[in-house]
Amino acid sequence: MSEPSTTIIPTTSLSNLVWGVCLVAFALLAVTSAPAEAADDELRTVAVADPYLEMHTGPGRGYPIFHVVDRGDSVQIVKQKTYWYEVMTDRGISGWVTYEQMELTLNPDGSEVDFAPTSLQDLTNARWEAGVMAGDFGGANMISVYGSYSLNPNLSVEAWGSQFLGNFSNGWMGNVNVVHEAWPEWRFSPFFTLGAGLLHTSPKSTIISGDDRTDEVGHVGAGLRIYATRRFLLRAEYKSYVVFTSRDDNEEVEEWKVGFAFFF
Amino acid sequence: MESRIRVLFLIIALIGLSGCAATKNLFGIGPKEAPPPSTEPPGQVIDPQVERREIKEPKIDREDFEAGGYVGIMSIEDFGSNVVYGVRLAYHVTEGFFVEGTVGQTEGGLTSFEVLSGGAPIISDDERTLTYYNLNLGYNLLPGEGFIGEGRAYNTNFYLIAGLGSTSFAGDDRFTVNFGAGFRFLFTDSIALHVDFRDHLFDIDILGEDKTTHNLEGHLGVTVFF
Repeated sequence: MSEPSTTIIPTTSLSNLVWGVCLVAFALLAVTSAPAEAADDELRTVAVADPYLEMHTGPGRGYPIFHVVDRGDSVQIVKQKTYWYEVMTDRGISGWVTYEQMELTLNPDGSEVDFAPTSLQDLTNARWEAGVMAGDFGGANMISVYGSYSLNPNLSVEAWGSQFLGNFSNGWMGNVNVVHEAWPEWRFSPFFTLGAGLLHTSPKSTIISGDDRTDEVGHVGAGLRIYATRRFLLRAEYKSYVVFTSRDDNEEVEEWKVGFAFFF
Repeated sequence: MESRIRVLFLIIALIGLSGCAATKNLFGIGPKEAPPPSTEPPGQVIDPQVERREIKEPKIDREDFEAGGYVGIMSIEDFGSNVVYGVRLAYHVTEGFFVEGTVGQTEGGLTSFEVLSGGAPIISDDERTLTYYNLNLGYNLLPGEGFIGEGRAYNTNFYLIAGLGSTSFAGDDRFTVNFGAGFRFLFTDSIALHVDFRDHLFDIDILGEDKTTHNLEGHLGVTVFF
């Protein structure tokens, strides 16, 4: 499989020159945008190892194939949109190639390319995740967004921002919590969570007289993550909140939510 | 006597055979011993001494985010139609699915009750400003191409979109469900024109009864992928 590597050697001397010029420019001007400009000039080159590489007119299903690149020829990767790569041939023809075909190309040194993660195993090792969820928060409608960072495949920390809209009061809530997934490699993966935050409540003045108030909250919860497709997952969860009010009794609120999330 | 000698010879022969096995193939009988492990792989006569070039792989430019603005007309039920402005940010998760957040603002006019009665307005001018935000999930239902003239083809997408959010109008934040459809026309791989129609549903009790209102919005927008 060393054959394709010989076809791509010429490109590097030019890009090295460009890179060198940019480095000098960077040193002289000390402009932080110089590396970004260099990245624009220097495109990643891969060699076709499959019998041929199919170029589509657009990045999506159904777009027709208008050009093929033969085995051994090299292409430059211009950009990526979701799981499609825009490539340019030596003759300046550009088109879109699927992730599956790009995985079968080779790096200039003859090694296999390794692009974005797709398998369930890769996804459970992904670091960043964001999602949108909605549901019921003690009788009020709840809309939430969250971001998550995985410390290891089992443990992650999350930050939540939520708005609830009820008949008697509206408000906001911010939470930070720890999530433990016992079996992250399962397609249906249960998890447990524990966290704390702040709850801001504004009673509707037309119905209840009362002042806005901000209370600390703590919560425990459990839920299920379902890996749907590639970077996409569905999520459902139940959380039980304790609101530490300034009154004699603490308040307990139950929350049910469903939503979706995606990995970066 | 004869059989006893035969047994004796058999025993001697057995001991002799096992002795051969124990002396590790002295006579080339039995399984051959594997050659001692060598430091060089078999067949490797010349060490090529090739130095691998360390190639820094340039990062591939990802364009999964889409941001832009829009302007259009939004009709607020009972409060007339007015110009709506908004911004949107989308993240394309797969070629089919994308998530989108929008924030928009428009103004409500006078209800027919206020116009006909000529009395005091039922809500203040500040409360007539409608501001909404939505978090949506979209699906590119019909990807395709649009042709302008003989030699130009542009990628297009017809998508369906739905989501939840909040609308601040008439002195309250209202839980809002919205759904609609849109058409994305890509001038280049990075710049797109949008035509969108959405229906925002929320409950309002300003005009005597608690009812779910349909608030239709149509807008034209421009977005940039980055």
